[in-house]
Amino acid sequence: MEIISFIVLIFGIFFFMVGVVGLLRFPDVYTRLHATTKCDTLGIGLILFSIMLYQGFTGPSVKIGIIIIFIWLSNPTAAHAIAKAAYSVDIPMIKGTVFADQSKEESSSW
Amino acid sequence: MLLFAFTASCIFLVLMIFLCLYRAYVGPTVADRVISINVISTKAVAIMTLVSIIYHKEYFLDIALVYALISFLATIGVAKYLQKGVLE
Repeated sequence: MEIISFIVLIFGIFFFMVGVVGLLRFPDVYTRLHATTKCDTLGIGLILFSIMLYQGFTGPSVKIGIIIIFIWLSNPTAAHAIAKAAYSVDIPMIKGTVFADQSKEESSSW
Repeated sequence: MLLFAFTASCIFLVLMIFLCLYRAYVGPTVADRVISINVISTKAVAIMTLVSIIYHKEYFLDIALVYALISFLATIGVAKYLQKGVLE
């Protein structure tokens, strides 16, 4: 059981690292949001699940499960709110972005 | 043995928090800073849970849950302020 817990912990750290690299390297608000939200949600799920495997089924393990459920509900919601706010105040996208929304494309300048 | 791995991953998460602080300092727009603070708070929840396992303190889990809730509310509040200009 400790081997499985260690492997899950390493995968969680790896996903956090990928999210930080995406946050530092991507050129745009929306691509940074795309990188960090998914990687952080999966990474914290894996790390807390590794701690649950290490502890077994006890009282703190149930609390960690509640934290996992809450973060998996709240983190994509927060990312959606940030993306909607950034789109509505016209934070510029990277050059070469193709729009599916035609009315937004006519009113913008790039 | 696994406790050593938990400690090492704690230190690694702190180093990645400093890399995120670089984006929060440089970030050209407001939304970059909000994203960076959101990532930092997620990592802080992971660090609090790891510390509660390392030192065998159960009440750190309650603190981690409340911290996750407060960071979610802060992100929603900043996003609403960015979109509408008022908080009401």
